[in-house]
Amino acid sequence: MTSPGVSETRYLGTRTDPAPLFAATGVTVRFGGLTALDDVSLAALPREVHGVIGPNGAGKTTLFNVCCGFVRPDAGTLSWRGREIGDLRPHRLAGMGIARTLQGLGLFRGLTVVENVMVGADRFHRSGFLSGLFALPRSTADERRLRERAWHAMSEAGVAGYAAAYPGSLPYPVQKRVALARALATEPDLLLLDEPASGLGHDEIEELGAFVRGLTERMAVILVDHHMDLVMSACDRITVLDFGRVVAAGSPGEVRDDPAVIDAYLGEAADRGGEHD
Amino acid sequence: MQQFLNVTLGGLSQGAIYAAFALALVLIWRATRIINFAQGSMAMFSTYIALVLIESGQSYWAGFAAALLAGLVLGALIERVVIRPVEGGPELNAVIVTLGLFVAIQALAAILFGASFESFPAPFGLSGFSVGEFTVAFTPFSAFVIGSVVVVMLALVALFRFTDIGLRMRASAFNQEVARLLGVRVGNMLTLGWAFAAVVGSLAGLLIAGGNLVHPAYMDPVIVYGFVAAVLGGLESPAGAVVGGLLIGLALSYVSGYLGSELVTLAALGILVAVLLVRPHGLFSRTTARRV
Repeated sequence: MTSPGVSETRYLGTRTDPAPLFAATGVTVRFGGLTALDDVSLAALPREVHGVIGPNGAGKTTLFNVCCGFVRPDAGTLSWRGREIGDLRPHRLAGMGIARTLQGLGLFRGLTVVENVMVGADRFHRSGFLSGLFALPRSTADERRLRERAWHAMSEAGVAGYAAAYPGSLPYPVQKRVALARALATEPDLLLLDEPASGLGHDEIEELGAFVRGLTERMAVILVDHHMDLVMSACDRITVLDFGRVVAAGSPGEVRDDPAVIDAYLGEAADRGGEHD
Repeated sequence: MQQFLNVTLGGLSQGAIYAAFALALVLIWRATRIINFAQGSMAMFSTYIALVLIESGQSYWAGFAAALLAGLVLGALIERVVIRPVEGGPELNAVIVTLGLFVAIQALAAILFGASFESFPAPFGLSGFSVGEFTVAFTPFSAFVIGSVVVVMLALVALFRFTDIGLRMRASAFNQEVARLLGVRVGNMLTLGWAFAAVVGSLAGLLIAGGNLVHPAYMDPVIVYGFVAAVLGGLESPAGAVVGGLLIGLALSYVSGYLGSELVTLAALGILVAVLLVRPHGLFSRTTARRV
């Protein structure tokens, strides 16, 4: 086994890094007797795209779930803007400036596209519990701002034309864009993308890569995906997981040539041949 | 012909009440996947609060407003204190808790307010309008019943469609986990859902009581009819609950008017069984999902 320490050192040594926006340090998660994540560290730098790759079952999604508070790590810490997050709860995430898309998309099926996106845009508008209790309507200025933010995110993701449709009636790639628009509408500083390329065609993946690069002007991105083309072209840094451990970390070039990666990830993919999606 | 008209009008105003009650059940079902069997007891309790106020010399409307407010507080309180600990667990636990509440609140009401029959006033006249030489079975109070149910429904539609909190409540109802990720305080939304549902339920309780006798178990038949109406509408859809309520009101009124009032409860159960056999997802389900 390759010691994660070696690649860590090289990763940290390659350049003088700005302080990370978000960092997970020494995260360990056990499900019963299974260690899903073993001492995993990852740092997202401002305005960079950080990729997490690894074979199926390597712990990528578990790592994401830790990052957004769905799963509590048994050991390790998370920090946001240099400050440690003691108790990360999912509902606090949007307010902190972190958005996440889900593999299953998780669109609200009974809400129209624009309503779906407006739920995301809502994090800025905190009408109190009491005013909600008495069903006070939104002030028109708030309402307008909320709609504007939703429309902006929708046109950015190219789904403004589907505003009045219900998600279930749309083709899957469009639904994925709606989920993306909803995440963007929260105007996050960090966007977590869980398998953004799954279910997309070749051209759509290229488009997605360019889109993600464009996002770095205003946010950091962590993305988990199987598609090597996307990860290699869109990411500034990559962390490679295998069996819950970091086997390599660094720039796409460094990771591509790392024997541990070829062994753990590409080797396995080649072994399994057509079985891999 | 006159009898048909009377039976139909009576059915509509009863149906409006069942619709309100069914709507309360649907609101809670959508938000928390719980059938609130305590809905009737909660409505009875807030109606008794109105009765106590009215008997102490307050106006009907003061009692009416107090009962709706009591419903709001009671709904929120019960969700927070009693339901919250069993939410997300096995569904049967929550159902048993609401059944327990159903009995407990009735017992509490009997201790506090007495178990005897008491008459509850109506704010409007209870004699039918006259059309020509006929007197139809449609009273000023019936008009008030239908009008107040319509107002409440429009208010709910406005709440869910046009307000911020309504959007978040709908989001929470469809997918709690994702709503949380987007910063929605799902717990608060569930409490609100129970509170609003209890207000609608209390309205049904007040309207049933108006011009009638109340006692701690007077809502029991309404629970059955409201539940049948909600199932008729597919449990998921507020509009379905309203239509289901009106249909049940009409059907039971025809049974009572033409066959005999002793058959009403039996007919309600017959309708329930028939709907579950033929259209288990409600009368208005677009696709019948069948697991093969």
